[in-house]
Amino acid sequence: MAPQGDPILEVRDLVKHFPLTQGIVMKRQIGAIKAVDGVSFDLRRGETLGVVGESGCGKSTLAKLLMALEKPTSGSVKVNGELVDVHRGSNLKRFRRNIQMVMQDPYTSLNPRMTVGDIIGEPYEIHTEVAPKGDRRKKVQDLLEVVGLNPDHINRYPHQFSGGQRQRIGIARGLALQPEIIICDEPVSALDVSIQAQVINLLERLQSEFGLAYIFIAHDLSVVRHISDRVAVMYLGKIVEIGKDTEIYDKPSHPYTQALLSAVPVPNPEGRETRERIILQGDPPSPANPPSGCRFRTRCWKAQEICAVEEPLLQIRPGTDHESACHFAEVHDVVHAS
Amino acid sequence: MKNPSVDTHLLPADSGTIGTEPLLAVDNLHVEFSTRQGVARAVNGVSYALNAGETLAVLGESGSGKSVTAQAIMGILDMPPARIPKGEIRFRGTDLLQLSEAQRSQIRGQQIAMIFQDALSALNPVFTVGWQIAEMFRVHKGMSKKAAYAKAVELMDRVRIPAAKQRVNDYPHQFSGGMRQRIMIAMSIALDPEVLIADEPTTALDVTVQAQIMELLAELQRESNMGLILITHDLGVVADVADKIAVMYGGRIVENAPVHDIYSNAAHPYTKGLLESIPRVDMKGQELYAIKGLPPNLLDMPTGCAFHPRCPFRQDNCVTDVPALHEISGTRSSACHYWREVLDGTAG
Amino acid sequence: MSDTLTEQKPKSVKPPKQKKPASLWSDAWYDLRRSKVFIIAAVMIAILVVMSIIPGLFSSVNAFDPTTCDLTKARQGVSAAHIFGTDNQGCDTYSRVIYGARISIMVGVFSTVVTTLIGGLLGLLAGFYGRWTDTILSRVAEIFFAIPSTLGALLILALVGRDNAGIWTVVLALSVLAWPMVLRIMRAAVMSAKSQDYVLAARALGAGPGRLMGRHILPNALAPVIVVATMNMGVFIAAEAALSFLGVGIQSPDISWGLMIADARNRFLQAPEALLFPALFLSLTVLAFVMLGDAVRDALDPKLR
Repeated sequence: MAPQGDPILEVRDLVKHFPLTQGIVMKRQIGAIKAVDGVSFDLRRGETLGVVGESGCGKSTLAKLLMALEKPTSGSVKVNGELVDVHRGSNLKRFRRNIQMVMQDPYTSLNPRMTVGDIIGEPYEIHTEVAPKGDRRKKVQDLLEVVGLNPDHINRYPHQFSGGQRQRIGIARGLALQPEIIICDEPVSALDVSIQAQVINLLERLQSEFGLAYIFIAHDLSVVRHISDRVAVMYLGKIVEIGKDTEIYDKPSHPYTQALLSAVPVPNPEGRETRERIILQGDPPSPANPPSGCRFRTRCWKAQEICAVEEPLLQIRPGTDHESACHFAEVHDVVHAS
Repeated sequence: MKNPSVDTHLLPADSGTIGTEPLLAVDNLHVEFSTRQGVARAVNGVSYALNAGETLAVLGESGSGKSVTAQAIMGILDMPPARIPKGEIRFRGTDLLQLSEAQRSQIRGQQIAMIFQDALSALNPVFTVGWQIAEMFRVHKGMSKKAAYAKAVELMDRVRIPAAKQRVNDYPHQFSGGMRQRIMIAMSIALDPEVLIADEPTTALDVTVQAQIMELLAELQRESNMGLILITHDLGVVADVADKIAVMYGGRIVENAPVHDIYSNAAHPYTKGLLESIPRVDMKGQELYAIKGLPPNLLDMPTGCAFHPRCPFRQDNCVTDVPALHEISGTRSSACHYWREVLDGTAG
Repeated sequence: MSDTLTEQKPKSVKPPKQKKPASLWSDAWYDLRRSKVFIIAAVMIAILVVMSIIPGLFSSVNAFDPTTCDLTKARQGVSAAHIFGTDNQGCDTYSRVIYGARISIMVGVFSTVVTTLIGGLLGLLAGFYGRWTDTILSRVAEIFFAIPSTLGALLILALVGRDNAGIWTVVLALSVLAWPMVLRIMRAAVMSAKSQDYVLAARALGAGPGRLMGRHILPNALAPVIVVATMNMGVFIAAEAALSFLGVGIQSPDISWGLMIADARNRFLQAPEALLFPALFLSLTVLAFVMLGDAVRDALDPKLR
């Protein structure tokens, strides 16, 4: 399933600032939450790009921007070389056939008043050209089968299913239009541990079966490692490090990545007393008022004067083989996993 | 009957056990809820024990009964709809379930304290955090307002809230999630409890903050020799901090063991399945092992062993006979008829 | 791979109760049928509705016909011929109470329909579009909301004048002042439904505003409006009685319970029945609708599900 060919998704300098306003009648902008602040990456056909980061790093806003559910403040998204224009309905509609999403919470992402058949069949009602009316029921049943659910349950309601089954329904809805890209926003984190593996296996099987490209957003680093070909680490609206999964996990060069990896509890008690742990101090700063220069410098043990003045660019640094946004990038294997 | 709280204060603080009696012992506890759809048997005969200075991890999924057991220990279950038809919860040898509500509230907070997953909803939004911490000292210790506030600041320092003196008059919503959890911890350790129950304390937090909180808990435990019950579904957190583990499934303990034993060789198919479904580096690109099927429905439990519909080791008697908790060694037990086969990795 | 595909026994999370209907609406209906309060209220309302459509079923005397009154028999007590006694004009109180149900039910139903449609539609638009649509609609609603409703209705009807007063002016006066309440409730329900993930998912599929509102938001925002509409019926019926009592609502020769109470009040000591029976019917009717609203609220409450 090695990804090849041209990028299917090109993201350049994507920015989303949410204005902070004051006053009720005369609204005055007093600042902005810089949720996503200059993110660029490519995604190739059949590839999985994992996006990791903590709450407030902008990964969920990034998902909404990629889905054109939010209008970017600036920057561009291209799918198959074509620019996505959120202001042009026909362009947007074509775009939506090609990029779909799987959401985090299977309990709120399905309309409780619709049957499973109506939920999975809705894409066909919106994009009537995809399937003629007579075929839709059959298509929905096929989709149920593809995601491992009983096709006879087409007339059931979401509350008659368990969390894992609901997530499968959400996946089936995402697949209905046969998109090339699926954005998975924390697709397993709301599920019970014993169910997570089932859903991850399903996502991997669907990828190889339909040649899907995934953006896989999650905070569970071991799940991301398992499923991703490449990984981007986000901090306060920016990508701080991006590279192949092995590069990020075995040769992390950004201090934040190193701290993040070392903070993940390893499900193996052997050697826990001697394991290296980088405990960061404090909380991430507010995205409304990020630090100057490098955004991580307030929690970084390597920070020097230059970090407050000059913003480190995401680029390949001396001694590393992948892009890192740190002036003092240095490979340091914190996990020793392999 | 003597007041048990007076009783316990007479004991030397460092005595973990009274003879062979552990600090806290849950014995054959049953809890059921009456719901509109019938009786939900949330806890079906759970037993575990905790000694001073020890960390017991109670591992389970939602609906396994792990939180309900903890709430029963704290005496904060709403009864009704909950009912405790059977069982004992012994704290230093005294069965808490036999005490009056007044006696239990003496123990609650002073000897057994609890922290919750959602610190924001556990703190009162209309009072400052200082007031809420100080309240513990004023109510339980009868301290003056001023002394109580001084203690509050001291505690906030102890859980490492930066600039505690300035922040003591802030309201809960002015703190970040990690800081709020620290405030919760400050309140729970205010009266030097001997047992601290932490119910998914870091589930709502980010990993870097989780690491801070777990480190803090470990340090506080070392300082005061508390017994810690850590309720979680996270196999990583458990491996990091636990001394021993009780794995729960369908309202029962399915495996009880020291932490190293479980991770090196599980003796129950459920535990084994959970551990095998963790993504591993050397398994990249391969299919993950997945426990098939769904967690049980509390209102409609499977007969025999609750895990049998999902179990690769299942034999005919698993469908009919509830397996007892078989003792494997002095410290290990497994509620599986075929624990030997599970340990050997045969069958399945 | 097959192990991931076959989730064994794909059965419902809820206990498998046989023949239990599945949609949330039918679940609510299932609960309603088991509610004593609902049954009592529904039976009372059913009787009232039949009474208002075919009053002749309940009374052999046609109260709409003034010739049935006999002034010589004014203010009589309870008797076999007049089981509720007679009023000042010598009309049979029982038949007038029966025939009076029609106006009450009509005012209740029409005012509710008008306020629910207007308030519901505007609330849907305000909640869905937000921004200036919401600002304008909400401010207008607040202006109406600020007027005390009984006083406002009294004022409107006084301006209309007694000669023009009747059921439709009463419906109008009540509706003009009551729709903002429905708007508020609908708006709040729409805003909470709008923020749900499934609405986001539908947007991601390319659903337009019509589909979002019609299929995703409205069905999930309807429950509180239905509850309020049910309770409002009782409120409107009581308000009609009050306005008629004050002389600005329904006018003679139409029959209304409020009017009957007004007529009987001066002679209460001589003929208490002429006041007590219409008052009793009025109270029971209002109570029935409030009970119905309560039962519906319990059945639709998502927290119990």
